[in-house]
Amino acid sequence: MTRRRRIAIALALLAVVHVAALLAGFLAPYPYAEQHRDRPYAPPGNGFLLGTDAYGRDVLSRVLYGARISLFAGLAATLVSLVLGLAAGIAAGYFGGWCDRLLMRGGELMMALPWLYLLLAVRALLPLDISPGAAFLLLAGIIGAAGWVRPARLVRGVVLSARERAFVQAARGFGAGHGYLIRRHLLPLTTSVVVTQATVLAPQYILAEVALSFLGLGVAEPVPSWGNMLAELRHFGALTSHAWMLAPALVLVPVLLMYLVISDTLLDTLNLRQGRGA
Amino acid sequence: MNRVSRFVVRRLMHGVVLLLALSFLSFALAQWAPGDFYSNLRADPQVSAATVSGLRAQSGLTRPLPVRYIIWLTGLLHGDFGYSLAYHGPVAALLPERIASTLLLTATAVLLAWGLALPLGIWSAAGRRGWLDSLSTAGASLLLAIPELVLAIALLSLAVETGWLPGGGKVSRAHDAMGALARFGDVAWHMVIPVTVLVAGLAPVLMRHVRAALLETMAAPFALSTRAHGIPRRRILFRHLLPAALNPIVSLFGVSLGTLLSASLLVEVITGWPGLGPLFVEAIMARDFALVLSVVMLSAAFLLLGNLAADLLLCRIDPRIRRAEA
Repeated sequence: MTRRRRIAIALALLAVVHVAALLAGFLAPYPYAEQHRDRPYAPPGNGFLLGTDAYGRDVLSRVLYGARISLFAGLAATLVSLVLGLAAGIAAGYFGGWCDRLLMRGGELMMALPWLYLLLAVRALLPLDISPGAAFLLLAGIIGAAGWVRPARLVRGVVLSARERAFVQAARGFGAGHGYLIRRHLLPLTTSVVVTQATVLAPQYILAEVALSFLGLGVAEPVPSWGNMLAELRHFGALTSHAWMLAPALVLVPVLLMYLVISDTLLDTLNLRQGRGA
Repeated sequence: MNRVSRFVVRRLMHGVVLLLALSFLSFALAQWAPGDFYSNLRADPQVSAATVSGLRAQSGLTRPLPVRYIIWLTGLLHGDFGYSLAYHGPVAALLPERIASTLLLTATAVLLAWGLALPLGIWSAAGRRGWLDSLSTAGASLLLAIPELVLAIALLSLAVETGWLPGGGKVSRAHDAMGALARFGDVAWHMVIPVTVLVAGLAPVLMRHVRAALLETMAAPFALSTRAHGIPRRRILFRHLLPAALNPIVSLFGVSLGTLLSASLLVEVITGWPGLGPLFVEAIMARDFALVLSVVMLSAAFLLLGNLAADLLLCRIDPRIRRAEA
């Protein structure tokens, strides 16, 4: 399979899942919090395509609505990380000097902490009982902000070498300002690094949201997230008697796999291109 | 002082400065956080505001920030990690047992993962494009896409259903009544699931790195010339390619040592392993900042030590680095 086709297929599958999540309001057969108290843990079929949970809530509906939180918190966090990383990386690489030192030292400080501990610690500093909307933004913000260092370092590397290239020097010689140089010449050169980083970070961040919600530090019930849905399986034996409760994981794994396929393929291509250039 | 020890001292100083900065940052952040251990008490209508502020004053929460930081830091340097409000005791007394549990789990997992990843990575790179390479890289990708969380839950339920393995925890109920050998076996039996999950998460990552490092060396011109000299394949692989590919692998080994304290948080929480992870999560829920800060500082220190170990190893094996450091 060619690289291009592999990426196209993976992207198409991801798009299907994301669109389904966006259209949860239309696709879900029930509201996510509607309880059918007479039918707790109903097996799949008979009105509930993926069965029901302990409160008789439809699992399919909850997976769809949960995807909204889990997938889009991951994507929003990726966006935050990349914007911060781009800004820091360009500032450090382009201006150099104390700006570079300050940013890179700060980055070192962030990298000195294990990532999940950092996330949990920052989450610990903030109030625990907040509305689902606020929790969503908070999660995306924290996860994204905690991960700015890696993209920033990569962007800095690209900018450092790009700054010395002939066409950039020429533009500067013609009197181009900082803003113009960055926007017109440096930013486009960072595209491949940024896109590749996006596909590397997004699955990590989706998992981070799932982990935080699983631990009870994310989005709270009754609003579903894949993390807090999986948390219900912590009761021993819940899985063997109610296997359908694993539904969020069955969507999560393919989504992660698709991201992995895309990022691997992109990294391969990037390496090849660099190898040829060298 | 010779070159290597000067290098060690410089790296250690760097680590200390980093830790100090980190300690101040996390301490300041913890102080700005809304709510503390006692704000939960206020939810109880029987506890008056005066009682709460009295308790706060008693535990020193009302003093100014720099004063508290200095007190906390000097305590830390003397091995006093502060007082855990949630566990009603010094944090230092809580930690050793938890750390030992975590290290037991993660050290076993890291060792096993390297033991699997190194030969598999080498093998798969050596037989590139063969069926073994395709199989192992595909398997690694699949394992990478299965989160620890899901795998742990699935294995635990399987264990509970079949009764083949214990369903979480570190020891059985009858543990205290067992002989020494049976106790060892009991703990080992309980470790199977968490270690499997950790290895399944770690080994594919390591394997991919080993494979990539080796493939990169194989593309180097000197690799071609060894072949042209008619040196046997096996000898090329182990005497020429592997040493040349060792640097990134050694760095990775250092990193994996550094994450010994922190890598197993989720797995510990899910499988009920009494390590640092569950303690940390409980401390967060209880807003017990002395405990949270201690665990954060410890894990950061460990990560830095891991990196230092990697640097030292690199310095030991690579003369180029030794010369550059001089």
